[in-house]
Amino acid sequence: MMLARLTTLVRTAPRVSQLPLPISARVPLLARSKATKASDSAATSLQDRHVSFPGATFGSVFTEKMEFISDYPTIPTYRVLDIEGKVIVEGQDPKLSKEECMKIYRTMISLNQMDMIMYEAQRQGRISFYMTNYGEEGTHLGTAAALTSDDVIFGQYREAGALLYRGFSVQQCMHQCYGNENDLGKGRQMPVHYGSKALNIQTISSPLGTQLPQAAGSAYALKREGKDACVVCFFGEGAASEGDFHAALNMAATTESPVIFFCRNNGYAISTPAREQYRGDGIASRGHGYGMHTIRVDGNDVLAVYNVVKEARRIAVEEQKPVLIEALTYRVGHHSTSDDSSAYRPKKEVADWMKQDAPINRFRKYLEAKKWWSEDQEQALRKEVQTAVSHLFTDVYDELPWNLQEQKAKLDALMAKYPEQYDTTGHAKTKLS
Amino acid sequence: MDEEMARDETVFLLGEEVAQYNGAYKVSKGLLEKYGDKRVIDTPITEMGFAGIAVGAALAGLKPICEFMTFNFSMQAIDQVVNSAAKTRYMSGGTIECPIVFRGPNGAAAGVAAQHSQCFAAWYGSVPGLKVVSPYSAEDAKGLMKAAIRDPNPVVVLENELMYGISFEVSDEVLSKDFVVEIGKAKIELEGSDVTIVAHSRPVGFALEAAAELAKEGIKAEVINLRSIRPLDVATIIESIKKTNHLVTVEGGWPQFGVGSEIAAQIMESEAFDHLDSPVIRVTGADIPMPYAKNLEELSLPSVNNIVNAVKKSLNK
Repeated sequence: MMLARLTTLVRTAPRVSQLPLPISARVPLLARSKATKASDSAATSLQDRHVSFPGATFGSVFTEKMEFISDYPTIPTYRVLDIEGKVIVEGQDPKLSKEECMKIYRTMISLNQMDMIMYEAQRQGRISFYMTNYGEEGTHLGTAAALTSDDVIFGQYREAGALLYRGFSVQQCMHQCYGNENDLGKGRQMPVHYGSKALNIQTISSPLGTQLPQAAGSAYALKREGKDACVVCFFGEGAASEGDFHAALNMAATTESPVIFFCRNNGYAISTPAREQYRGDGIASRGHGYGMHTIRVDGNDVLAVYNVVKEARRIAVEEQKPVLIEALTYRVGHHSTSDDSSAYRPKKEVADWMKQDAPINRFRKYLEAKKWWSEDQEQALRKEVQTAVSHLFTDVYDELPWNLQEQKAKLDALMAKYPEQYDTTGHAKTKLS
Repeated sequence: MDEEMARDETVFLLGEEVAQYNGAYKVSKGLLEKYGDKRVIDTPITEMGFAGIAVGAALAGLKPICEFMTFNFSMQAIDQVVNSAAKTRYMSGGTIECPIVFRGPNGAAAGVAAQHSQCFAAWYGSVPGLKVVSPYSAEDAKGLMKAAIRDPNPVVVLENELMYGISFEVSDEVLSKDFVVEIGKAKIELEGSDVTIVAHSRPVGFALEAAAELAKEGIKAEVINLRSIRPLDVATIIESIKKTNHLVTVEGGWPQFGVGSEIAAQIMESEAFDHLDSPVIRVTGADIPMPYAKNLEELSLPSVNNIVNAVKKSLNK
């Protein structure tokens, strides 16, 4: 029971500070009432039952019953929207403005389209490496929207949506992935290792898990500065197996630093499924061990992620305490362009997830119910972020030379003849004049 | 690995994705089906953890092959390699052995930039208690791997990602189950009389290409494939210098405190010094973290041209 309370501490309403008693005050009360009963029968004073070893947690009492704890309560998963995008409990809807919802949604679509193009670019050998974000858009955008621009982001590598939301443009992503002269990193780092000092986004580092203790240290610096800001550190459930994870959480807890550890539990660490990565109740269960405010959230529900991060930010900044969030989601794409996930998971599994519960679809249904979005707008937006295929032939010569005209005519004919092989639904239909 | 696992029941493989996924680079393909999940073990992503587990298993009498997905990630586990695996035999007065192989791709791959492209030959080569090998060809890879597994000491096997897909012609002798390459012995890939070029791993190929270029100009280069970084076969290099009187070293790693630096120092301290007609020249990777941009990456690694130029400089031509 005590476990259940501790692990579901972070709630959007009521706030922790509004609970009848702080948790530290409640535990000894429970202990005391038990101790009093025991002392009645066994004539043991409260003083005798209280464990006073220096390493004992306040409130621990002696017991004569030998019992190993193995049956821990499973931590629930917080959500706002059901799979159809309907708000389940009205009070949980953060009621974001239309403008804000649109910004979230547009960023999701931009991210999606960028992934599609860059993945193809890698397959064509134009860049050496890429990682898509498919299926995890909810975690990126829900988090980014709940933060302020002063909050520092430490990413793992699959959080491009959070960058785009902050104002890192698709063009800047291209510059980085192509390592060209406009890249902020001067062409020195692998693709998707984005970063922006101006946007408070630390540059991605390849070795797994290094961002975790760095985030704890960065949060400690914010604490010393007394800044109204926190650090958000993304990581996967696989990275939580690195020693860095333990060091980070323990240090953040003991220094009481304003950091939100945000786990994207997407089910796979490259090919290793989550069930082989750990045995306990996911990543959230570890928060208890570090004495940390913890919550598990449906990562495909962008509004739930928003609520959770908003409250976590309040705890981190106002109470100067670290928070652990475990967002459950599903990695729809391969880990990166260096693996083929059909070798380790059935294609049907991926297809089912895309069909049944993609975070973009869920949020779109929410927007459609509000009459803020329609199928026409959807098509228009997806085209807007991609250039027209006809521009394959433009902007080299003032006038199209005869050979290119011929090529274009051939392509047009082919596309008309085999529309399923030349799917242009994602592209604008601009005709050359 | 397959042959050694069949030969010795105590040999087993562990690491990230080595079993079900056949290894990130398919090096362990088919081993899971053949030997089962007791001997081919997928681990969670904890390099320090599984390197430690491998050391523990070795101390208890098993012969683990510990795969790092790349040696870049072995930095997370280097304490287990250096302080535990390498030193236990010494510290236990020779009573406890740690027969273990740490293997994986090392050095620069292509387009993977600063944190995935570096050579650890000099790092591990400096540690007493470790043996370090760096194969170039298929023959090296097979013979050195078998020797590493059979060795009662910890052996670091530095493979090269870009060489995984390269085929080499091999003799029937190499194909035999008994083919083992002695650790600590270099191989003269090409005999010559004018200059000695020493290299390890992928740059051996560049050295051979450079030698072919130089031959067109009548310069006969002797190319030595180091094969082992530690113990270092200085004797073979000394003998070669006595013949050629010139030495150029080639490696993909950084210049400072590198393999070439060590060779130069040992030659200075040996009788070969008196046989040198010009200073030793090192051709190395550039003294910077590896850039991502393709043009910069190419400029940061030793090329055939660099080697040809270094040789001509050495010969004053």
